[in-house]
Amino acid sequence: MPKDHGIGASTKRREDVRFLTGKGRYTDDININGQAYAWFVRSDVAHGTLNGVDTADAAAMPGVLRIFTGADFEAVGGIPCGWQVTDRKGEVMLEPRHPVLAHGKVRHVGDPIAVVVAETLEQARDAAEAVVPDITELEPVLDMKAAVQGGPLVHDEIGSNLCYDWGFVEENKEAVDAAIKGAHHVTTLELVNNRLIANPMEPRVAVGDYAQHDDSSTLYTTSQNPHVIRLLMGAFVLGIPEHKLRVVAPDVGGGFGTKIFHYAEEAFVTFAAKELKRAVKWTATRSEAFISDAHGRDHVTKIELALDADGHFLALRTDTYANMGAYLSTFAPSVPTWLHGTLMAGNYKTPLIYVNVKAVFTNTVPVDAYRGAGRPEATFQLERVIDKAAREMGVDPIELRRKNFITEFPYATPVAVEYDTGDYHATMDKLLEIADVAGFDARLAKSKANGKLRGLGMNCYIEACGIAPSNLVGQLGARAGLYESATVRVNATGGLVVMTGSHSHGQGHETSFPQVIAEMIGIDENMVEIVHGDTANTPMGMGTYGSRSLAVGGSAMVRATEKIIAKAKKIAAHILEASDADIELKDGSFTVAGTDKSLAWGDVCLAAYVPHNYPLADLEPGLEETAFYDPANFTYPSGAYACEVEVDPETGKVTIERFAAADDFGNIVNPMIVDGQVHGGIAQGIGQALMEGASYDEAGQLVSGSYMDYTMPRADDLPFYTVDHSCQTPCTHNPLGVKGCGEAGAIGSPPSVVNAVVDALQRAGHTNVTHIDMPLSPARVWAAMQG
Amino acid sequence: MYAFELERPKTLDAAKAALAGDEAQALGGGQTLIPTLKARLASPAKLVSLAAVEGMSGVKAEGDQLVIGGATTHAIVAAEAALTYPGLADLASHIGDPAVRNRGTIGGSLANNDPSACYPAAVLASGATIVTDRRQIAADAFFDGMFTTVLDEGEIITEVRFPVPQAGAYAKFVQPASRFALTGVFVARFSEGVRVAVTGASEEGVFRWTEAETALSGNFAPEAVDGLSVSPDGMIGDLHGTPAYRANLVKVMTKRAVAAAS
Amino acid sequence: MSNVTMKVNGKPVSGDVEGRTLLVDFLRGPLGLTGTHVGCDTSQCGACVVHVNGEAVKACAMFALEAEGAEVRTIEGMAEADGSLGTIQAAFQEHHGLQCGFCTPGMVMSAAALLKDNPKPSEAEIREYLEGNICRCTGYHNIVKAILAASGQDVPAIAAE
Repeated sequence: MPKDHGIGASTKRREDVRFLTGKGRYTDDININGQAYAWFVRSDVAHGTLNGVDTADAAAMPGVLRIFTGADFEAVGGIPCGWQVTDRKGEVMLEPRHPVLAHGKVRHVGDPIAVVVAETLEQARDAAEAVVPDITELEPVLDMKAAVQGGPLVHDEIGSNLCYDWGFVEENKEAVDAAIKGAHHVTTLELVNNRLIANPMEPRVAVGDYAQHDDSSTLYTTSQNPHVIRLLMGAFVLGIPEHKLRVVAPDVGGGFGTKIFHYAEEAFVTFAAKELKRAVKWTATRSEAFISDAHGRDHVTKIELALDADGHFLALRTDTYANMGAYLSTFAPSVPTWLHGTLMAGNYKTPLIYVNVKAVFTNTVPVDAYRGAGRPEATFQLERVIDKAAREMGVDPIELRRKNFITEFPYATPVAVEYDTGDYHATMDKLLEIADVAGFDARLAKSKANGKLRGLGMNCYIEACGIAPSNLVGQLGARAGLYESATVRVNATGGLVVMTGSHSHGQGHETSFPQVIAEMIGIDENMVEIVHGDTANTPMGMGTYGSRSLAVGGSAMVRATEKIIAKAKKIAAHILEASDADIELKDGSFTVAGTDKSLAWGDVCLAAYVPHNYPLADLEPGLEETAFYDPANFTYPSGAYACEVEVDPETGKVTIERFAAADDFGNIVNPMIVDGQVHGGIAQGIGQALMEGASYDEAGQLVSGSYMDYTMPRADDLPFYTVDHSCQTPCTHNPLGVKGCGEAGAIGSPPSVVNAVVDALQRAGHTNVTHIDMPLSPARVWAAMQG
Repeated sequence: MYAFELERPKTLDAAKAALAGDEAQALGGGQTLIPTLKARLASPAKLVSLAAVEGMSGVKAEGDQLVIGGATTHAIVAAEAALTYPGLADLASHIGDPAVRNRGTIGGSLANNDPSACYPAAVLASGATIVTDRRQIAADAFFDGMFTTVLDEGEIITEVRFPVPQAGAYAKFVQPASRFALTGVFVARFSEGVRVAVTGASEEGVFRWTEAETALSGNFAPEAVDGLSVSPDGMIGDLHGTPAYRANLVKVMTKRAVAAAS
Repeated sequence: MSNVTMKVNGKPVSGDVEGRTLLVDFLRGPLGLTGTHVGCDTSQCGACVVHVNGEAVKACAMFALEAEGAEVRTIEGMAEADGSLGTIQAAFQEHHGLQCGFCTPGMVMSAAALLKDNPKPSEAEIREYLEGNICRCTGYHNIVKAILAASGQDVPAIAAE
């Protein structure tokens, strides 16, 4: 019998009511009296010298309040990068300046050059057309290998397009090389992990406001982490102390990583509002989002897997070029390194691993974390090369995986992480069951009869999330801590307000977080309210990404609630004239163990605020506690995914016929929400595998710059998914035993899709097709079948 | 968008008068024009909406012809042509998405002549006649390359007259992002022969595949085109398909359209 | 500026608009009905779908003046008279058919238009009907389930987890 409340119940989401009735409050819904509108003049060339910007005619146009250019931002800082990677030789990465508005050079199509602020949006846009940037075009560099082999410099002042050349684990390199040289079999695969555009349905918006009476600034922004924006923008860009700067991220219409980062537009509206003494609003058009939101993925990789004659993995070597784009976005350097290299062991006992990553500057939009961030790239290459190895060696791909599964935990990988728990055979067993692998042959026969090819692809994945131990990431180059915070405020009548640094932009925290607290205390979930997204009323937090909200933010909330309960027990003990050690809290009632003496939760809360009968000598009045939780390790969700496709041999069109996911997320708080997270991740993974891809032409123009050319997965592209998370090996180091589920679907699904298509083609006799680069568009699959 | 004046005349004469001025442009359903205006790729001084013009919307049978008013939405064609010309209704029912079909019009689509639009294929394959406020234009003479027709400035498509074939069907392979036709083929079998029109594929816009017409006039069956080959020369090559891929689709979609019509 | 008058969610409204004022901007701005969203500029995402005279249209691809005299219904007009969620809205909540909520108003309005014309749509018909509504969060699974449920049909076992 499923639970109907508390941890483990599929409680319906309370936030849905406002979203379903049009009462959500997104950033673009916020309008401040007297606000002006900003329109950005962006570079329409990929690379050029910016000799100057003529704003004279534009400035005289109707409604124009002021036009800002790079010169206006010389006195402030640039957009900072939050992670410093150290290269193979122990030297820090090359870190170019990233001005708020371009100065001296433009480096990608979309690079902001000037901003017109006017009374109305259309006036700002009219005037923006009259702003004339004087640009001498330069040859752009787009191909990563060309960029590091003497291509034009994106940043002249750093003298190279190679941001870093990272080796991991460098000490293993010789042993890996030797193992590969002497191996019975080596499978090699060269592949591309396609550049993606996150495309949350809500485009980015920023509204800056300035209060003259107390010299304080407020930024309303579409962010996954308002405190991070406050810190980066306040301390590094604008020099506004945090006590004079409030950042609000209200309802946010999806993030998927691209709303983590601090963007120039946020700094701009905050700066301009103070300069103009009035609010300034910027709303991205979708076309603008395509060339200003950080992109994701974009790796070019060669992977080699060495095996012995029995199929045991001996060594793994990868060589990756990772595109940084034109500037270092907030967490960009960490994605191909610590979020990618450390995951190369996957679910397998490969004793020797060496990962080389060259991060490269090109004249493209900056690239940073997108759902999964580094882990999808690791999973894709590993699970593709294993499938290829199985085919080359003539063994069953599932058996090859099983043979190499890690089975004992904790397990220290050769790439520096320690998996606490997992059961990879269990998720694989569950997958075979829910995917009905046994019925594949019959379905294959049916497809054949209809003139279609059919294939089955499977893969495993592991990810590291619940990001992350601050001291560890500090050693790895993070310029931030990655704890999370919660303040639990109990009101006099027993209701609770939880102020959390986590941010919900679709994840359902307003529902799932109260389930945890209500269960701990034994009260109704509706007595708990979650407040998030406003630096003015929440403790310093690091926000939501890396599947960290429940594992880290939830843990902080548990710790704060534990403090609340401990104090409440002392109050109850005083009133009940017992020892605190004898007080038990159950179903919202404090009882003296072994007696019938009890006190209701609400009575204790009231006593805390009306402390007449209260141990004032030993205990402060009130009932409000804060906890900061810094995790001891990452969490390691894992699972096994299966995809069945049909391929139309005449057109190359791939149809997803079946998709199954067996995940191990540890303990589950709200199964309904977890299912939803997996569904969405799978759709994005299928999108990457079959449809999505940012494509630049030779001039550096983004060809896939709107929904006319960037394929967003739609309802009729996708099937119902079969998902299961009954395999649960709880995390050992956080109080809830939870692992995180937000990114799994996007990490786990692309390889199974590509494996399935290759399988379909192989079964149809296209034995020369061992790989097709994503996205597997109809045209690409058709071309592959032409030989 | 740049500023413009929007007029909604109720009669054809008023619409003609409104369009007579400089930089005036007709507005059909706006499903292509409005996004174009948003991107500031067009700057009319005046838009003249044809939606309210009396007598411009509707589907009716006249003799052996199906007559569709120029301001008729795709949704109305899909619903009201279903019995008389099911192939055409089917085409209309798959243009864009439901909300687009409730606004987009046949006249707007034809006047715009997007090289990936569906209607041009039906009009050309059916040998339809485009009737304007000033003349009648045969389909074979109407289309003039990508986004170009023989329409004059301010000329209004008042109706489109479709001869109804014995059998007719459209097969579309969609461009995955825009859902326009990557390649779409309309085949129409008349007693005097078969007409085949292809959209989405050619750099010249919609065209008739005459070899297939000959082959299918002899044998109206998918395999009739098996022996034919389509040259990739002049086919569109882009992110979504090479010229060779589109050439392949021309043949595949022709066969599917024939199968659907048979 | 021209004056435009229409009924929105049953209430007569009017205002002065420019020729270029889109219906969605009239709703979100002067009328303060911010439940209708703008997610793209090429009329594809469907976050702005409303009903005009009973038909689903993209409010970002129609001028306010074109709605002169029309009956417009938005997400704000979809709840029951007592303020409780309507059938489709309730089904979306029950089946977790939304996450961030941004595409949701358009999804609900499209679903309502579908069920008006086709009270018992198949899964395939639902998926095809939603061609003009993009959701980035849900993978559509629970949206399709919600619409099946709202139409009074059984949700298939595969979709029931």
